[in-house]
Order: sequence, then structure tokens, then C-alpha cells
Amino acid sequence: MWSYIESIAIPVAALLLSLVIFSVFILFSGANAIDVLEAIFRGAFGSWFSWQNTLVRAAPLMLTAICTALPARIGLIVIGGEGAMVAGGLAAAMIGIALNGLPPLLVISSMVLTGSLIGGLWIAAVGAFKHYRNVNETISSLLLNYIAIAVLNFLVLGILRDPASLNKPSSYPIGDANMIGNIGDTSIHGGLIFGVVTCLILWFVMRRTTFGFAVDMIGGNRRAAQLSGLAVGKLVIVTCFIAGAAAGLAGMIEIAAVQGRANTSLNAGYGYAGILVAFLARHNPLAIIPVALLLGGIRASSGLLQRNFDLPDATTLVLQGIIFIVILASEAFYGKLNWFKPKVVTA
Amino acid sequence: MSKDKINLSRRNLLKGITAAGAASVMGGFGMSTAWAAPKSVNMGFIYVGPRDDYGYNQSHFEGKSAVAKLDWVKAFDEENVPETIEVVKTMESMINLNGAQVLFPTSFGYFDPFILKTAAKYPQVMFLHCGGLWDASKHPKNVGSYFGYIDEPVYLSGVIAGHMSKTGKLGYIAAIPIPQVLRNINSFTLGARSVNPKITTHVVFTGGWSNPVKEAEAANSMADQGIDVLTCHVDSPKVVVQTAEKRGIMCCGYHTDQSVLAPKGFLTGAEWNWSKVYSDYAEMIKTGKTIPNLVRGGLKEGIVKSSPYGKVVTAKAKVHADKIRKQFMDGSMVVYKGPLKDNTGKIVIPAGKQHTQTDIALESMNWLVEGVIGTTKS
Amino acid sequence: MNETEMGYMGVVIAVLGGAIRVGTPFLFVSLGECLTEKSGRINLGLEGNLIMGAMSGYGVAYLSGSAWLGVLVAGIAGMLLGLIHGLLCQQPRVNDIAVGIAMMLFGTGLAFYLGKAFIQPVAPRLPALALGSWSDSSVLRAALDINVLFIVGLILAPAMAWFFRNAKWGLIVRTVGESRDAALAMGLNVNRVRLYATMAGGFLAGVGGSFLSLYYPGSWNEGLSSGQGLMAVALVIFARWNPIYCLYASLVFGGAAALGPALQSVGITGGYYLFNAAPYVLTLAVMILTSSSKQRFAGMPGELSNR
Repeated sequence: MWSYIESIAIPVAALLLSLVIFSVFILFSGANAIDVLEAIFRGAFGSWFSWQNTLVRAAPLMLTAICTALPARIGLIVIGGEGAMVAGGLAAAMIGIALNGLPPLLVISSMVLTGSLIGGLWIAAVGAFKHYRNVNETISSLLLNYIAIAVLNFLVLGILRDPASLNKPSSYPIGDANMIGNIGDTSIHGGLIFGVVTCLILWFVMRRTTFGFAVDMIGGNRRAAQLSGLAVGKLVIVTCFIAGAAAGLAGMIEIAAVQGRANTSLNAGYGYAGILVAFLARHNPLAIIPVALLLGGIRASSGLLQRNFDLPDATTLVLQGIIFIVILASEAFYGKLNWFKPKVVTA
Repeated sequence: MSKDKINLSRRNLLKGITAAGAASVMGGFGMSTAWAAPKSVNMGFIYVGPRDDYGYNQSHFEGKSAVAKLDWVKAFDEENVPETIEVVKTMESMINLNGAQVLFPTSFGYFDPFILKTAAKYPQVMFLHCGGLWDASKHPKNVGSYFGYIDEPVYLSGVIAGHMSKTGKLGYIAAIPIPQVLRNINSFTLGARSVNPKITTHVVFTGGWSNPVKEAEAANSMADQGIDVLTCHVDSPKVVVQTAEKRGIMCCGYHTDQSVLAPKGFLTGAEWNWSKVYSDYAEMIKTGKTIPNLVRGGLKEGIVKSSPYGKVVTAKAKVHADKIRKQFMDGSMVVYKGPLKDNTGKIVIPAGKQHTQTDIALESMNWLVEGVIGTTKS
Repeated sequence: MNETEMGYMGVVIAVLGGAIRVGTPFLFVSLGECLTEKSGRINLGLEGNLIMGAMSGYGVAYLSGSAWLGVLVAGIAGMLLGLIHGLLCQQPRVNDIAVGIAMMLFGTGLAFYLGKAFIQPVAPRLPALALGSWSDSSVLRAALDINVLFIVGLILAPAMAWFFRNAKWGLIVRTVGESRDAALAMGLNVNRVRLYATMAGGFLAGVGGSFLSLYYPGSWNEGLSSGQGLMAVALVIFARWNPIYCLYASLVFGGAAALGPALQSVGITGGYYLFNAAPYVLTLAVMILTSSSKQRFAGMPGELSNR
């Protein structure tokens, strides 16, 4: 019981504390903090328009957050969501262009599969390097981000370039018929459904299956898991594959629902924002959904802050940084609120 | 902003739509959304980078600031908006929350698909895009595009560079090989070679719009190679101009006036004058004029200009450049005329053919002219 | 040699000069990270320190007119970010890599927020020593214009190596990094040592940032760092936690960054994205080839390996 209350109360308290710190920061820069906070809320959740704005921004974050959250459960800190998203999106676009003209359902499913596969292999490599060669996964995934972006630039300005794309070098389009449309009458594209469904499935997998249990066991104590006969290497690589596949899917959606072609806008920072979402959600796939909404909302409100208060765009960056730091610090309080039980000493 | 004001402008919008009907009946090459002189004009500006980057985005921000001074204009902006669905949301937010009647999304990548799709959804709002190619047969009527022939002042920079260079080697540091960039490099080179046909322009592509370390390295390498005039086409020319000055070589500026950064070696530069463009648009809207879908212009129209000459520029060079400037002003100057070969030896403009500045064909340039050392491949 | 036709010799000189010019920020950040990691903690957030240092250094140099005061303030700004990192990480269950990512976001955001006013102005630059004044070649003179900060780094690397090997404090840092239990048994305050090591590391990263804004390329804007702070962290692993190797690795990375533009300027065009990505591929390849799942790197702090 306590742990449930705790898992709600601590993040909420941390969030409130972050807002207080942020308000002090805003006061120093001469704006009215209450007005600014009100504007953030209005820009994020104040109207149906704001909600749509928030939801659209949250969709890719749900998928890229998985790319950090899942490996974290098994004890790896992977920051390669950006690279996996770029690699997956690029691969999906290439397949989409190649198959353009075939039935859209076939093209879109091929794009989903290819994007996930390449994104998955991208991060699976990180897991393999870690397991077989003990290469630091944080650094290798970071390096792979740079490599993916370089390959994207090279191809989009080179052999994939559509001469008609003129001043925004892009690949040939995947074709209007193969685009994922909006949900009903909203201006929210279908990517949101992919994001929510992926998070729900993975939440179920992590909670209810032996795979999820094994992953958490390895994350809790690798040595013990090894001794108990778990195939640690295989599980690490599979987990990384699923994580990368989610980010690759995000890349595919960016192509099929937004850009319609591959170009440098694939590298828009969603992968890095996903790291933040994963940590704030404490690597719980279900919690990723509301946290992505929160972050999407903060980003959605940035425009209003710029226009109504003349605050620079970095304001929301500062807010995100403060929230991130305070939430991480709040980790220290888990278990401490429970003063009825004897304290468990952790190493 | 008070709610009344938004309502007021909405009413004006409704009025405008009826007026628009009349305008489109009259035909012509105009936007169907011109409206009867509104009392106030709400203009939204969107930049892909920071407002104050000492370069492209700043040049637009300065234009916005100038137009914001008019008391009947309400101008607002948003910086660092990526070329993703976020720009759609920014545009919609400006329309829905700030009552924008005109939007100026200034980055090329905003155009297709984002502006085209959003414009179809909001036919009462005008979307004026910087640099895009509006096509009457394909694109919504409430979309327009504006751009300046900045390669005219760049050509003049080339003429000055041609006179001033002792080694006959010029350097161009550019971001990526896109038509706008290639046209500038070619015009610069043609300008210089009109003075001395032996001159070569060496190009370094840094691969990104803002990569100060690479820009500085490129500038240093070029100085090492005996290049004695540098110019650039990146987001912020500050680093290139400062590095050239430090290395004791000459430079030409871009986007804005950088003469203060290089008091010794600064020759001249090519600058935008967006405040003119934006004020003109605001005036057209206020007086209820039909907005043209394509606005283009160069030195003559005052959309672009040259930076003042630096003190090392010789009188002979100035006289020559000013003579050509006059030809640009009276429309008799044609930069791209055949026979013209690219730097692989292929004839790109046959003898007898010429492209005047307004020729849209020049806006999809994909070659580098003879005398440029560099490639358009990635 | 004809000065206007340096040709390929020019590429060599550009790479050597670039190694020093581009390598110096790498050197400072990697030495800072090396110190922090030797104490058994990873600070992935030094990119934030670098950017914050670049901004605050430039701002203070502009406002005060003294570039050196800017360097000092840059270091202090980095140290304060290190302080936050260190304090947070000593709480139970708080993950140092995660805090690093948070600090990177926070430091970058803060620098962008406060740095708006300093994009336009021109701040005084750090002076350079004209070590090439003996030469007639302006190319050599330019390549040998060595900034004092690089000399400081050049001295700092062996000094830090000596410190780890011989100084009492160096031994303490290493012990804490090698085994928390052993350090506790010796009565050392593990958290305090790590806090100081993170602060000192943050200071060096801040100074590295000031080199970017105050010397090379020598101005402040939001695109100033293209991830040098992050790469420097990778570089420490590349350099096996050895300060001397950090120096070599920084020079190699600096030279690699100079190679692409230098080749283009002599007419070897094309493939520049791949050239630019070469250092990352190289680092990854070296890490894969030289690591082993059986034993840890020589020099790797024990506290970093068993997790």
C-alpha cells in the first residue's frame, strides 16, 4: 500500500518543488511567475487545441522513451534513441520509396517492420557490444547517434536526394497514399496510437511475463541472475532490440505521418527528450504515457511563453532540466516515507 | 492582448473574405484572401534558429522588429521551431491563440508539406513563405512566397574580391550544397572572374548551418592554402569573418553587416533588408491591396543591399562595382548567360541563351560554375 | 616552399594546428572527466559545464574586459554544476549517469537562457604565444600561435598523472575509485572525496568551454559546441583513464576534426559527412576491439567496472 502512495506522492511532490524552483528563476528574470505558470498550463492543457498540440508532441516521446526505459530495467543506460530513430526512419523511408505504388497497407506494414527491425538492430548492437566485449553502453549508443546522423546526411544529400527538394535536401517522397493519417477529425496523427499501444503492451510484458521478470531480475542483481541460470546475454540483446525497435518505429512514424520523406528533420531531438521521459517515468512503460504528456505539454507551451512574455525559447529547456534534476534527487526518498517498517540497508 | 482585439480582427477577417471574392473574380495573380483594410494587422514570424544568431534568423527578426514599430501592427514571433509537425502547431497556435492574419514562416523546410497543408486548413489566413516556390497550379491560393536576389550583392562582393585578391584564390565556406548556396557561390565566382578570368574559388562545405569549430578550421585551412579573400554562407558569418581578420586576409560578409568584426580586412558584404519586405506587406494588407503570390526582388527593389566598402578597397574596384550595381538597378545586368560551363566541363547554359535574375529556373541550380573547386555531392 | 602553394604540406600543418586548436577543449574536459571517474563516479553532464563555461566566460570577459577573469568565472560556473552533480549523486539510489544527463540539459538550457545578450558583442580574446615568430611562413606562424590554455593543459596532463601516482590526495582519489569498501575501511569519506573530484572536474570542463568562446573559434552562440563535452567523456575511456593518454587522444580528435575541412580546401571534396563521422567510428571500433568481457581495462577504476 505504502509503495503505491509513495510512487504517486513522491513524483507529484517533486514536480511541485520543481515548479517552485522554476518560479524563483522566473522571478529573477523579471516576469510574473504565476502568469508564466498559468500560460504553461494554458498552452499545454488549457483547451482542446492545446491538448492536440500536446498529444502530437507526446507521441514520438513515448516510443523514444522506451528506448532508454527498457535497457534501464536490465541495468543498461542507453542514450541511443536518437540514432535508432534516425536509422529506423531512414530505413523505413527507403523501403517506402522502393515499394511506392503497391497497396498502401502492404507499404505501411513493410515500413513499420523495416523501421523497427533496423532500429532494433541498432540498439541490439549496443547490447551485444556490452555483453560480449564489455563496451560501455552509454558511450557506444552515443557514438552510434552521431554515426546514424552522419549516414542520414550523407544519403539524403547524396544518392537518395530528390532534385525537386531544392533547398531542403530530402529523399524522394514515399507517396501520399502511404501516409498515416490523422485520428478522426483531430489534428493528431496515428502515431499516438502506436505510442500508447506500445507502452501498454510493454507494461504488460514487463509485469506479467517471465521475460519481464527475468529482465528485472538481471537489472536487480546481474550476478545472482547469472548464477540462477538465466541466459543474461540473450536477454540483454533481446531487451535492447525491443528498445531500439520502439525508437525505430518512432522514426518510421515521423516519416509516414509527418515528413513524407527522409531528411535531416528526422534528427529533431526526440531521442534525447525520450531519455528524460524514461527517467521521469522511472522506466515504467505505463508511467511513460502521462510523463510524455507532461513533457509534450511543456514543449507545446513554449510558443506561448515566447509570444506573451518575451521569454527565450530556452525557458522550457531550463524547466525541463529542473524537473529532471529534482525528480532524480527524489529517488532518495523512496522507502524513507515508510517509517513503520524497519529500514532496509541498501548498498 | 485582450480578447476584444482578437474578436475585432476576426470580424475584419470575415469582412475580408467577402472582399476576397471580389478580388479573385477580378482575376490576376493575386491571393484570394486580400481583405478590406483592417484596422490592425496581426503578423506572426517563425524562425528555425535563435532570433539573435548574427545571421539569417536575426535578419528576419530585425525585419519583424521594424514592422512591429508601426502602431497598427501587432507582430509576434517564435524561435528555434524545428521543421517538423512542431511548426504546424506553432502556426496553428499563432492563428488560434494570437489571432494571426498573416504568417511568415521563414525557413525553407517549413514549406512542403507543413505550410501547404496548414494553409489548406486555414483559408482565411495568409501564409507568406521565405524562399519557397509557389506554384499556381498546385498550391493553395492563400500561400505566397517572397525572396531576395541576394546573389546580386554577392556578385558585387565577387567583383571587389576579384580586384583585391593578389593570389587569385578565393574561399567560400558554405553549409550544404543547395540551390540557394550554389547560386551565391556561382555569382561570387562569376563576379570575380569578370575581373580576372584566372581566379578560382575554393569551396568547403561544413555539412551544417551552425558549426563554428568547422567553420574556423575551414577558414584557417584556406588561409594556409594561400586564399586571400574569404566569404561564407552559413547561419552566422561571425566566426569566418573574425578568423579571416585574425589570419590577416580579406573577407566579405553575408546576411548582415559584419564590418565591425574585421576593421582591417573587411571588403563588403551582401545583406538582407527584410524590414522593407515586411513593411510593404503590412502596408498592402492595411490598404486592402491584393497580395501577390510571388514577391521577388534584388538591389533595385531594395530587398537586398551591399555592406559599405571597407577601407582597403581600392578606388578602381569601387568604380567597377558601382558601375555594375547601376546595371543591376536598371535591369540590364544578366549574371547567367551562355555560353557557361560548369566545373566538370559540361555546358550548363548554351551560347545565346540567358537567364535573367527573375528566371525561376535559377532557383533550382544544381551545378558549380567553371572556376569553382568543389563538388555538389555529399 | 612557395607560400601560396602549400598543397598537401598545408593539410599536414592544418591538421597539426587543428589538433592543438580543436583539441584543447577536449583536453580540458577529458582531464576533468578523468579526475571524476578516477574517484569512481561518471559525470556525463560535462557538455553542460562546457556550454555554461563558454557562455559565462564570454559574458564576464565582455562585461569586465578581462578574458582571464572570464576563464576563472567559467571554471567556477563549471565547478558549481559539478557541486550539484556531486551532492545529488551521494544520495542513495541516485544514478550518476542519469544526473549527468539532467545536468547537461540544465546547464545547456541555463546557458542559452542567460546567453542571449552575449551573442552579438565582441569580447576580448585570450592571448596567444607567437611560438612561430621565427618563421617567415605565415602558415607556420598561424599554426604555432599557441594559446596559453593549451600550455596549461600540456602541463596539467603529466601533473595529473603524477598526482594520481605519487601525491597523497591522488592516492586517496584512486582508492575511493577503486573500492568503496576499502576506502571506508581506511576511514576515508568517500562521498566527500567524490564531491571534490566532481567539482574539480567540473571546473576544468568549464575552463575548456571558455577556450571555445574566448579563443577558438572565439565567440558565443548556441551552436558553439557540437557535442565536444560528450565526446570528451568517450575519450576518457579511449585514453584508459590515463591523463597522458587523454592528451594524446585529444590531439588525435582535434586533428581528425581539422582533416575534413583541410582536405576540401585542397580540392579533395565529397564524403565530408563520412570524414566528420570518422572519429566516432574510430572510437567505437577501438572500444570494441580493446575491451573484453573477461577483464576490465587496465586503469579502469574498480567502482566503475562492477556495475
